[in-house]
Amino acid sequence: MRPVIPYVTAALLFGLGVYGVLRRRNAVLVLMAVELMLNSVNLILVTADTTAKAMLPHGGQVFALFVIVLAAAEIGVGLAIVLQLYRMRASVAVDEVPLAERPTDDPAQVPAGVAADAARGER
Amino acid sequence: MTGVDVLLLALGVVAVGAGVLVVSTRHLVRAGLYLVVCLGALAGMFLVLTAELVTWVQVLIYVGAVVVLLLFAVMLTRAPIGASDDLDRPGWPAALIGGGVGLGLAALLVDAYRWTTVELPEAGTAERIGEQVFGAWVLPFELLSVLLLAALVGAIVLSRPDIGRRPPESHPPTDSVDGERRAAR
Repeated sequence: MRPVIPYVTAALLFGLGVYGVLRRRNAVLVLMAVELMLNSVNLILVTADTTAKAMLPHGGQVFALFVIVLAAAEIGVGLAIVLQLYRMRASVAVDEVPLAERPTDDPAQVPAGVAADAARGER
Repeated sequence: MTGVDVLLLALGVVAVGAGVLVVSTRHLVRAGLYLVVCLGALAGMFLVLTAELVTWVQVLIYVGAVVVLLLFAVMLTRAPIGASDDLDRPGWPAALIGGGVGLGLAALLVDAYRWTTVELPEAGTAERIGEQVFGAWVLPFELLSVLLLAALVGAIVLSRPDIGRRPPESHPPTDSVDGERRAAR
């Protein structure tokens, strides 16, 4: 087995994930790109498990399992945040999130069209 | 090039190709379905790399649960069905940074490993991985269970806007949008 093949695959997937996180506007697509990055890390860990001789056997695969669990926790909380953002702003575009103003769900501060749209969506 | 190398190469090409489509397609739902292809190819690579348990956990959790959650999120945010043009930011910086990271890491790893071969170790079956997890890695395992619980509680609190809200102010709803929104709750 030539370890350079899975290593290069993982590196390219990580680069694709970075590109997707920086390029995409839709928050769900950003989360998908994050999943690509986490999976490339898993591939690195599993491949390292075959190439590196460690004191404890199968450490890389155990860590890959841990990363999968972490990714499941991350996707749960991340999607909760995305859905809450959609409920508040009726949009999941990450470059329209106002970072300067205080987060609020007071509808008086949301632009009228967005608030009416959100109210229609909640019905 | 042995059979293992050919399999790894083919699955790697499928994974990278599907990954390119995930970050470049203009259909939201198709991005999720290409993600299934990419994660499935990665699961195949894990299987070739003798990580049996990781393969099935990957299939169960990623392909089974995470992608379904993502597709639910696509539907719940009422994404457009057809192709949409506003999914991307104009981004030469993104291509520069992403390409730089990917090709840089690839060059580093190619330089480190060249065209060497290694022997595949004994397969990581559930028995062997379980011995390791519950022998040497018990503390991280338990910490992860606490972290999962915290993430569960966090997701519930985040998605329930009525938890932790201050009592409503005295002023009654005045404008029509406000009233409509309150009625909708």
